[in-house]
Amino acid sequence: MRRTVTFRIVVDPIRCDGFGHCAELAPELVTLDEWGYPIVQAEPFPQSDHELHRSAQLAVRGCPRQALTLQKIIAAQS
Amino acid sequence: MTVELTTRRVLANHLGRPKTLAEHEADFGPINRLAISIDVLRESGITGRGGAAFPTAKKVEFLLQQRRATRYVVVNAMEGEPAAHKDRMLLASNPHLVLDGAMVLANLLNADSVVVCIARDHVTTIAHVKAAIAQRGGRRLQGPSFEVQSPPGRYVAGEESALVHWLNSNETLPQYRPTRPSLLQIGRGGVLLDNAETHANIGLIARHGGEWFRSVGTASRPGTTITSITGNGKALVVEVPYGTPIRSILSGAGIDYAPRALLLGGYGGTWLDGKHLDVGFDDDSLRPFGAGTGAGVIMALPPQSCGVAECARIVEYMAKESARQCGPCAFGLPAMAEDLKALASGRNAAQSLSRLSSRSDVIEGRGACRHPDGVIRFVRTALSVFAEDFNQHAAGHPCQFALSPRVSYIPHQSDVKDLEWE
Repeated sequence: MRRTVTFRIVVDPIRCDGFGHCAELAPELVTLDEWGYPIVQAEPFPQSDHELHRSAQLAVRGCPRQALTLQKIIAAQS
Repeated sequence: MTVELTTRRVLANHLGRPKTLAEHEADFGPINRLAISIDVLRESGITGRGGAAFPTAKKVEFLLQQRRATRYVVVNAMEGEPAAHKDRMLLASNPHLVLDGAMVLANLLNADSVVVCIARDHVTTIAHVKAAIAQRGGRRLQGPSFEVQSPPGRYVAGEESALVHWLNSNETLPQYRPTRPSLLQIGRGGVLLDNAETHANIGLIARHGGEWFRSVGTASRPGTTITSITGNGKALVVEVPYGTPIRSILSGAGIDYAPRALLLGGYGGTWLDGKHLDVGFDDDSLRPFGAGTGAGVIMALPPQSCGVAECARIVEYMAKESARQCGPCAFGLPAMAEDLKALASGRNAAQSLSRLSSRSDVIEGRGACRHPDGVIRFVRTALSVFAEDFNQHAAGHPCQFALSPRVSYIPHQSDVKDLEWE
């Protein structure tokens, strides 16, 4: 039994007001739509990718509306 | 046609006025000692009639697992869908059956109050239900107390989290619920929320049992559905078993023309090409066509009408009905409505068609509730069913019916404000 840990950014669409800070802080993970609201990368990134993890954390902390969370996904692999 | 069309169960012995408690008991049997167990509910296999088709027994089990001192049963008769009128019909003929279902569920859950939610513009329905509750009050029954609440009749007001949020804090705003299943709460109490038609069916299951309930309908969706049919300037309601071919539902409702296309499920539903009339009206049969039953709505589009213009009207209405909480819905739906309007008139429509499908992909799944997803499902199925028309319109040649009278009913939206910034 091995556990793989991955992360992804989750947006609370009600809180989000389209400030766009996340797209500046984590351009690898977040793009903006034509109205300035974030589209986050759907597939989770591995725990081993420290650079992505770092920018994801920056985006989460930098959101003025605190609309982002970093979701930890633990999948059991046999 | 010799099809046995109306299997009247929840609309049985329709009088054209709400039945009194005495008439109700004469038809369906006494309401004293009426009860249901979770096993009977599970055996019946009843699914929610509000559109999501979720098994009601699973909902009840989930709520029973949550330890709550207080629980509530909410009857959702909001019916914000403009093409639907089945809940009003049901409450105007058999209101006590709905209250029976709510009562047995409340007793099963040990809930001490039942809240019936009816949109405040449906004044007569509110009067019918209040009268029915008053009649039961004279009987000193054991069980929950009943009350009627009337939130504003907006489209999203009937969404379950918006409805419960209204009961808590007087705002009809859908809530962001990232974890499913999520528990709906009034204060600290757990809430079981079901459509009025579901409650009426449970009122019958409590009397006749689960096996009786399964005797009509399909294996995955047993029982009957009250379908709201619009078309030909008429609005009708028929109760049919799930799986009845659409053709016989339409002929039973007196739709005598061959429809060009059918809108199924409501304004957040799906279009079905008019040639698929022999498909059964249940989700398993409709799935290969990308369609579903939704809240049991069928709108039959007559042959002399423009699918593009109808879509433009409906999407414009749906865009205005957004709660304007989430950016992709608040800005995206009006943008899609503009695209459709340009296509309908055939002016500056060259890019609108490709933009419509790319915007659909961008907006999908990015709202807190399913309102934008419903509109996108509607637009996508429209793009495939009316593909030829859309291409003609995009090329600047609107069809000959572009100026013919509209079929879809759009309610007057007096209280819609422009988008405001906080």
